[in-house]
Amino acid sequence: MARIALRPTDGSKVRRPDGGRRGLTAGRHALWGWGVLAAALALPASPPLPAFIAAAAEPMQPDSVRLTIGDSIGTQPSIAVPDCLPLSPDETARSAGRTIAEVLWDDLDFEREFRMIPRDVYRTIPVAGSLIDLPFGRWREIGADGVVSCTVEVLGNGRFEVTARLFSVRTGESAFGVLYPGSPPNPRLVAHQLADELHRHQRGLQGVARTRLAFVSDRDSESVFGLVENRPVKEIYIADYDGANPRRVTVSRSLNTNPAWASDGRSIGYTSWLSGFPDVVVSHIFEGRMAKPVEGDSRRQNFLPAFSPDGRRIAFNSNRDDNNDIYVANVDGTGVQRLTNHPAIDTSPTWSPNGQQIAFTSDRTGAPQIYVIGADGTGLRRLTYESYCDRPTWSPPPFNEIAYSSQTSVGGHDIKVLDLATNEVRQLTFGLGSNESPSYSPNGRHIAFMSTRSGSKQIYTIGRDGRGLRRVTSTGNNEMPSWSR
Amino acid sequence: MHDRRHVPGFAVVATLAAVCLQAACSDNPPPEFPEPMLEPTVIEDPPEIVAFAPAPETAPPPPAPAPPVLTPDEEIASRSLEELNRSLLLEPVFFVLDSADLDERGRQVVEANAEMLARFPTWNVTIEGHCDERGTPEYNLALGERRAVAAQRYLLQLGLDDARVRTVSYGKEFPFDPGHDEAAWAANRRAHFVITQK
Repeated sequence: MARIALRPTDGSKVRRPDGGRRGLTAGRHALWGWGVLAAALALPASPPLPAFIAAAAEPMQPDSVRLTIGDSIGTQPSIAVPDCLPLSPDETARSAGRTIAEVLWDDLDFEREFRMIPRDVYRTIPVAGSLIDLPFGRWREIGADGVVSCTVEVLGNGRFEVTARLFSVRTGESAFGVLYPGSPPNPRLVAHQLADELHRHQRGLQGVARTRLAFVSDRDSESVFGLVENRPVKEIYIADYDGANPRRVTVSRSLNTNPAWASDGRSIGYTSWLSGFPDVVVSHIFEGRMAKPVEGDSRRQNFLPAFSPDGRRIAFNSNRDDNNDIYVANVDGTGVQRLTNHPAIDTSPTWSPNGQQIAFTSDRTGAPQIYVIGADGTGLRRLTYESYCDRPTWSPPPFNEIAYSSQTSVGGHDIKVLDLATNEVRQLTFGLGSNESPSYSPNGRHIAFMSTRSGSKQIYTIGRDGRGLRRVTSTGNNEMPSWSR
Repeated sequence: MHDRRHVPGFAVVATLAAVCLQAACSDNPPPEFPEPMLEPTVIEDPPEIVAFAPAPETAPPPPAPAPPVLTPDEEIASRSLEELNRSLLLEPVFFVLDSADLDERGRQVVEANAEMLARFPTWNVTIEGHCDERGTPEYNLALGERRAVAAQRYLLQLGLDDARVRTVSYGKEFPFDPGHDEAAWAANRRAHFVITQK
């Protein structure tokens, strides 16, 4: 059962994001056991999306009074997420409450920090009429160490007010609590933010629930204009990390491939054939602006951009000197430098987390293999000795590894990970279809990739340990994912 | 046709205006020019005119613009770009797996294409590089580029003007044969010639 590392907290007050401090309304909200002051919406310095809650403050709760839900024998604590309690008697609130609980369950399950009890198991446990009469006995019966209890109230302007708390089932105390006043009418976003904050508070973990995937898709079934052959248009799309909320980024009626997020999550670089030849294009998606920083022409074509972790440089592949080599430039296109100079193909650059090195693919010994070189052009080293390797993707810290696709059968590729500290290789996929184009989540714990295992090209995510495979897309063909930072 | 029919009207207006200006009819209110200063808008002809017209220009099917007189080259030159590309007058060059080397057959194809381009010196071409689906999409972009360049370099060796040929790689993104077997893969590993200007 739950082992609570409990230190007393100062109880019944909630700090609103606006800084006002007031007690919660009795009867509607629980009065006791706020382990944490609410609504410290720690957003990243440059949020990937406009923050939807008015104010963002640092967490108010000192670590010394943190209460975490644990398990007596050191395994993962088990958590239940029943529907949120609707505080207004309408279908909107009820449905939002169900969506928040479902999405939160998925988000928590994704990181595998908790053992998530399937929601079917407690379908029969009634949603508590108030947070005071949570049926802790029932939750204990199904083996829950913690239960997330949340409320939804529909405000006048179509917005929600959401409260959520994580209770220890054994002691009935609240380990974590948040209040989101005036959330926009997007229950999924509320759940994602809640999941990220809960992970951070309970496990010290940077969650990815509010991250996004950029990818290439032919889902709109358009054809490239003016050709003899019928060629499907491939455009860049973005979606939430779980595939929900897909949106189209490019409308070029052309071919676009290999999107790559800039580190601030505000722009996406990709290879576009908009001008009739491949060139690096950067879409500043929050400004509705497009740029061609390294401005190619039919004789100086540019492919496969990769932004440096500090966002100031861009590595790319170009044939401007009559051969496929890796180049580096400032993001504004100035200071172009040739990094590799070999008659073979050098392509698919990826930056090390500190920006000091670049891994890439080269076929200088025959079949393509992964190499690494200093960002100053020195220290070339070969990393892989397999039949065919491509698309290296360097993990973010704290891990130091490179995921890549490796040919494991005729025409079949699998995702592998090379640990740079031990030189050991882990294989994550095993021959189901072809598995290509890996991309790390910003916390380094997951990898998105394309697989043909379903018969079409779709995007999946998998843990860096090879567990927790999830399918993300299903409409049309979807490939070449890039996970936002 | 319609436009032309209305031009005289427009000309009259313009002339009147010019006359008016010359006659210095610049009394206080500058003459109001009638609207149609832009393109004379197309007004549908009354159907009667069409009906009564003996339709001189359409009726006698022009004595078949001398089809036999066209030389083969003239016939080819008369085709549209789309027809030219559909008829594959410039053949594609095929490659073996993971290779961008022109083999004997590939060189013959490029030589034939070079002759064709010499016969039609106004044509410009783009050579597309394509790969089969078995490689990774990223590496295949470079491999396709190398295939297109291999064909381009041989064309230039054969004396083609550098300005007439461009290359573009599509990697494995636009397969010609959507199948997943040896025949499809072989068909998709190619340098594909597209006439872009004639």
